[in-house]
Amino acid sequence: MAISNRKLGAAMFLPAIVYVLAVIGLPFVLAFIYSVGDVKIASVGYHFVGLDNFRSVLQSPSFRRSLYDSIVFTVATQLVVLVGSTILSIALKDKFRGRGIVRFLILLPWVAPVSLGAIGWKWILDSIYSVINWLLVAIHLVRPFDTPMWLGEPTLAMISVVAVESWRLLPFSTVILLAGLTAIPRDIPEAAAVDGADFWRTLFQITIPMMLPIVNVAILFGVIFTFTDMTVVYILTRGGPYDSTQVLPSLAFFTGILGGDLAEGAAISIFLVPILIAVAYLMLRVAHRTEVA
Amino acid sequence: MATVETRNLTKVFKHGQPGAVNNVNLETREGEFLVFLGPSGSGKTTLLRMIAGLEEPTSGEVLIGGRVINDLPPRERRIAMVFQSYALYPHLSVYQNIAFPLKAQKVNRELHKQKVDWAASLLGIRALLDRKPRELSGGERQRVALARAIVREPSVFLLDEPLSNLDAKLRASAREELELFQKRVGTTTIYVTHDQVEAMAMGDRVVVLHQGIVRQIGTPQEVYDEPEDTFVATFLGSPPMNLVEAEDTIVGFRPESLLPAEVLVHSSRSEQAEQVRREHQLGTNQGNIIPLRFRIDNLEYLGSERILYGVLIGTRFAEKEVCARIPSRLGAEIQVNSVHDFVVPESALKFFDRASEKRTAPRAFLWQ
Repeated sequence: MAISNRKLGAAMFLPAIVYVLAVIGLPFVLAFIYSVGDVKIASVGYHFVGLDNFRSVLQSPSFRRSLYDSIVFTVATQLVVLVGSTILSIALKDKFRGRGIVRFLILLPWVAPVSLGAIGWKWILDSIYSVINWLLVAIHLVRPFDTPMWLGEPTLAMISVVAVESWRLLPFSTVILLAGLTAIPRDIPEAAAVDGADFWRTLFQITIPMMLPIVNVAILFGVIFTFTDMTVVYILTRGGPYDSTQVLPSLAFFTGILGGDLAEGAAISIFLVPILIAVAYLMLRVAHRTEVA
Repeated sequence: MATVETRNLTKVFKHGQPGAVNNVNLETREGEFLVFLGPSGSGKTTLLRMIAGLEEPTSGEVLIGGRVINDLPPRERRIAMVFQSYALYPHLSVYQNIAFPLKAQKVNRELHKQKVDWAASLLGIRALLDRKPRELSGGERQRVALARAIVREPSVFLLDEPLSNLDAKLRASAREELELFQKRVGTTTIYVTHDQVEAMAMGDRVVVLHQGIVRQIGTPQEVYDEPEDTFVATFLGSPPMNLVEAEDTIVGFRPESLLPAEVLVHSSRSEQAEQVRREHQLGTNQGNIIPLRFRIDNLEYLGSERILYGVLIGTRFAEKEVCARIPSRLGAEIQVNSVHDFVVPESALKFFDRASEKRTAPRAFLWQ
């Protein structure tokens, strides 16, 4: 019996399509439906309420605060990751003794489960048991009983979540940049050396500009990962203190799941969609351009 | 302007393995066009990269302008290099590419435009200044690379097979241009190639390298006519020199010295024969020629000349493979699978010691 190639192809594709529809499509559609209804946890029935939920969300100070925090969190993380991974990738490009081990160690945060890493950091930043504070006291930089509350003060808490998120994303970005760096032909930095450029000029005028397309890819991936991530915030600060580290995904979770207001939670997550679509579009364009060049 | 000198320059990449460059001693002359010629793996590029400072010598010294510069980084050696790939900066325009060495050397900013214009017009690429390297053809890229090399008026040019990425036709014209250009700017130039035609055509002198060892340094004429060993004799010339081996001697003669016997017949009215006779100084004195019987097995027609491949017949070198290169109008009757009388002028013979493969003085040699 001959099955036409078309049918066979469609059949082969089916599992993937079913998977995407069930795991991504269905919740996505549900979120849309919930965001324009009055669904609460354990409520029966559904009433269409139009854009009421969005109106209410927009008026809530928590939401505005979270939107602002999300942007600060994402931009700050990307800045740290970008500078860090550029330095790391350049340091790791050339061979040296133990490079394999260093590369492995740097990759670790990425392969370790995020919750595990975040819990580790929660202890490192703990108000009483913090090893950082212990060290600061030991070297007489701060006085005992007057140590910084890493997760308890608004600015410090934001710095802490940014630091941990950066720690987590650094390996991924480093690997991407390393790939981009290795793709630069050896001749080019050599030509720059012969032309009279020192290390810094070669770095800023030749190496980094030539890495830009791949840096874009790293940034866009990083933005999506950071903007949609709530694990680090949830484990470290639960959005506190006073919502100062609350990001949109964690706010949606607290409102919709823990707070029981599914409709408003859905409305908050829907706000992520246009931003993520714009980023995804840019990402695809940049990836395409990189491929062509 | 400066000269380049190497003293016992050696590069060993892996400890215990034979070196890529071994004890190279050479010295350029002021404004000279020196060519490093050798097959791939002969160490010519490694030698050039050591002079440029891109490769650290295992031992030995590099001198530019009489000063040891082993410890100077490339940027302080006042050299310019053109890479085989041209290594243009892909994200910069042609103008920015050419201006890059000026910026890197902190040349006064006001002079940039003037100098870039000078370099670009010298190479005829002023119309391309706004383009990016990827919008240029191979020949244009090569010019941009050259312009970038000359713009800051270096004391030495290093060129690493700059023509090998061009197609055959462009290569010939680029070769001529490069030659004229070098004569005009008069900068000491070291040029690496594996192409003997390029080496012969462009070089004031040629350094023949093999397995990291300098086999011979000389003018194109010297390395071709007076090869110092059998490697140089067979590496230069196409087809290579014929070598026949006797007890302790190797005798060589160029394919163009193996001539049909008819050129000796004075009654032949052929103008071509007369010309060949004059070229090879074949007089009436029959003593200075060696007669050989030659069976032609294969024949290549190359327009103005023909290449005959075959074996010697008779004598003690019977069945020895040799080849001849003769003007096409000569020996019209010569065809594949026929045996003919050929001659070699005795003056064309080169003698080599069989053990060392080095050139020796002419000696008595028995052909029978």
